[in-house]
Amino acid sequence: MTTASLTGANAAANVPLKRRLKRAERARQLKALALVVPLLLFLLFTFAGPIAGMLWRAVDDHEVRRVLPQTVAALASWDGKDLPDENTYAALASDIQAARTAGTVAIAAKRLNYALNGFRTILTSTARNLKAMPEPGTARETLGKINAAWRDRATWTTIRNASGPLTSFYLLGALDLVRNADGAIVAAPSDQAIYREVFARTFLISLGVTVLCLILGFPVAYLLATLPPGRSNLLMIFVLLPFWTSLLVRTCAWIVLLQSKGIVNDSLHWLGIIDEPLRLIYNRFGVCVAMTHVLLPFMILPLYSSMKAISPAYMRAAASLGAPPLTAFLRIYLPQTLPGIGAGSLLVFILALGYYITPALVGGAADQMISYFIALYTTETANWGLASALGAVLLLATILLALVYGKLVQGQQVTGGMKN
Amino acid sequence: MSDASSLRTPSQRIAWTGTIVISTLVFIFLIAPILAIMPLSFSSGSYLTYPLPGLSLRWYDDFLSSPRWMNALKNSMIIGVASTLLSMVLGTLAALGLAQWKSRFKPLVLAFVLSPVVVPGVITAVGLYFFFAPIGLTGSYLGLILAHTALATPFVVITVGATLQSFDTNLARAAASLGASPLEAFRRVILPLILPGLASGALFAFATSFDEVVIVLFMAGPEQRTLPREMFSGIRENISPTITAAAVILTTVSVILLATLEGLRRRNERLKGGG
Repeated sequence: MTTASLTGANAAANVPLKRRLKRAERARQLKALALVVPLLLFLLFTFAGPIAGMLWRAVDDHEVRRVLPQTVAALASWDGKDLPDENTYAALASDIQAARTAGTVAIAAKRLNYALNGFRTILTSTARNLKAMPEPGTARETLGKINAAWRDRATWTTIRNASGPLTSFYLLGALDLVRNADGAIVAAPSDQAIYREVFARTFLISLGVTVLCLILGFPVAYLLATLPPGRSNLLMIFVLLPFWTSLLVRTCAWIVLLQSKGIVNDSLHWLGIIDEPLRLIYNRFGVCVAMTHVLLPFMILPLYSSMKAISPAYMRAAASLGAPPLTAFLRIYLPQTLPGIGAGSLLVFILALGYYITPALVGGAADQMISYFIALYTTETANWGLASALGAVLLLATILLALVYGKLVQGQQVTGGMKN
Repeated sequence: MSDASSLRTPSQRIAWTGTIVISTLVFIFLIAPILAIMPLSFSSGSYLTYPLPGLSLRWYDDFLSSPRWMNALKNSMIIGVASTLLSMVLGTLAALGLAQWKSRFKPLVLAFVLSPVVVPGVITAVGLYFFFAPIGLTGSYLGLILAHTALATPFVVITVGATLQSFDTNLARAAASLGASPLEAFRRVILPLILPGLASGALFAFATSFDEVVIVLFMAGPEQRTLPREMFSGIRENISPTITAAAVILTTVSVILLATLEGLRRRNERLKGGG
């Protein structure tokens, strides 16, 4: 046999082996994926699906379409400049008749009332007074007599804007914007424009709490990272115990401490420092104190792990090269803690943005954050579209910040790996 | 003391003293509120302030004899244990799979699996409220267990995943080469080694469910109210010393969980140090 045929035979034997290995590897990967799939399906049902559903509700607009189908169809060809034609009035009369029988007038009335205050009365009074289908050709006159609002172009624009199937109404509303009668996006009337202020408040409280956590957390993390392990492990209990204590317990503790007949006011009074109890809770101060207490461990732990990774040799090198301690700290130590500062601050900020329980329990009416309004519109007033739109804005902010956080933590791990 | 004694200049000593003073104040800030309410639960009076008029166990008696609180404790246990078990099964399987799975989509899948931790509680709660109401899962134990499992599973994936990362896969290969079936290798080789990681994951999962209140606020009917839920309404209405008794009981549970976790961590470090 020649060498050529030998190598040829070898190659022929090699190919199936390679293919077999590849096939085995592929089977292994499929098996690995199969282990993850149950969790993915579970989260799809209990987490991703519900959130997608919420986002859908922020743009869904089916109520008017379902209750007043003929009116919506007739309005599709309306130019919006003048009052709609007689056919549209007749369609509305017929729709209202049908809706009254089906008992669905209130559904459309509720939706239209969001867009135009007082629409509920217009629609319900019309439904009540429209005894029978008007004679052909008299629908406009009859409806106008029952309620003068039907002679107003804005009434019809409101119905057309609410005719779906999708709407930007709730999302615009969440940002204090509305569409005017001509369809242009304008600022909402000042008595309805509250959400920008709520978002600004949420942002400011979260920022304040983050800064407080950083100021209080930095020295603690530094101490824990510098002390010998035995002692720092012992002191770590002071950080981990509150971390593990129920949120409700901690909030309850702050109320007991800070209320007007609470421990702090009593002690100050007993010491003769104050005569009247200070107002320490159910205001912004109480919210910031309680939230800082709850979130401080989330700042200390990432700071601690980034400081722990800094080799003391750097500081010694700086000192041996003649840097005064403060310069060495500012130029050598501090820059190396920046990833930890970034990660801790972002984590605290993200968590603070979505806070609900603590402000609800220790805040006043002017201290409620965005989550409070989402909860309010879901359970109390059942304006689910607006609740979902506010939720969508909060979710977007959270996801963007979480992406930045992910990049930051990933970068940290890479540099950490290179140092080792 | 290595670092404190190596401080040479006075300014360094001042900075170090400052760090210690500030840290001590922060530690007091962190711990004092929790410690301050504990003695109040043993008060014989009904005012939540010091000095205590006398000591008694009347508020614990009140807690233990109240059907409302006992039902809440029972609910917290049922939902906590059930969602821990479910999240352990789902989370451990996923962690095992993710440890072997190589794909460029892996970071994406991981981000999805961990996202329930990051998304604000209210958003998850509102979404679930809309989603579960039409299929009859609001006001039911099953709905709450499913929701809490979704929140708790990321912690299981993280803890078990971290344990698997330090796991020597050659041990599994050795078991296979010695004739063990995959199931047998898992049961007799892998499982005993990752057991501490599993236990930590379970503790995290239980603590997550035991402390959760936002979803319970939205989804629980009067029958399913948990301990944090009862505390929420208690704090809203009027803080009675019975709530401080409940707080002490909850904190005791946290301390036990934390101590167990710390014990597991130490054991793990010892094992690693020995190997």
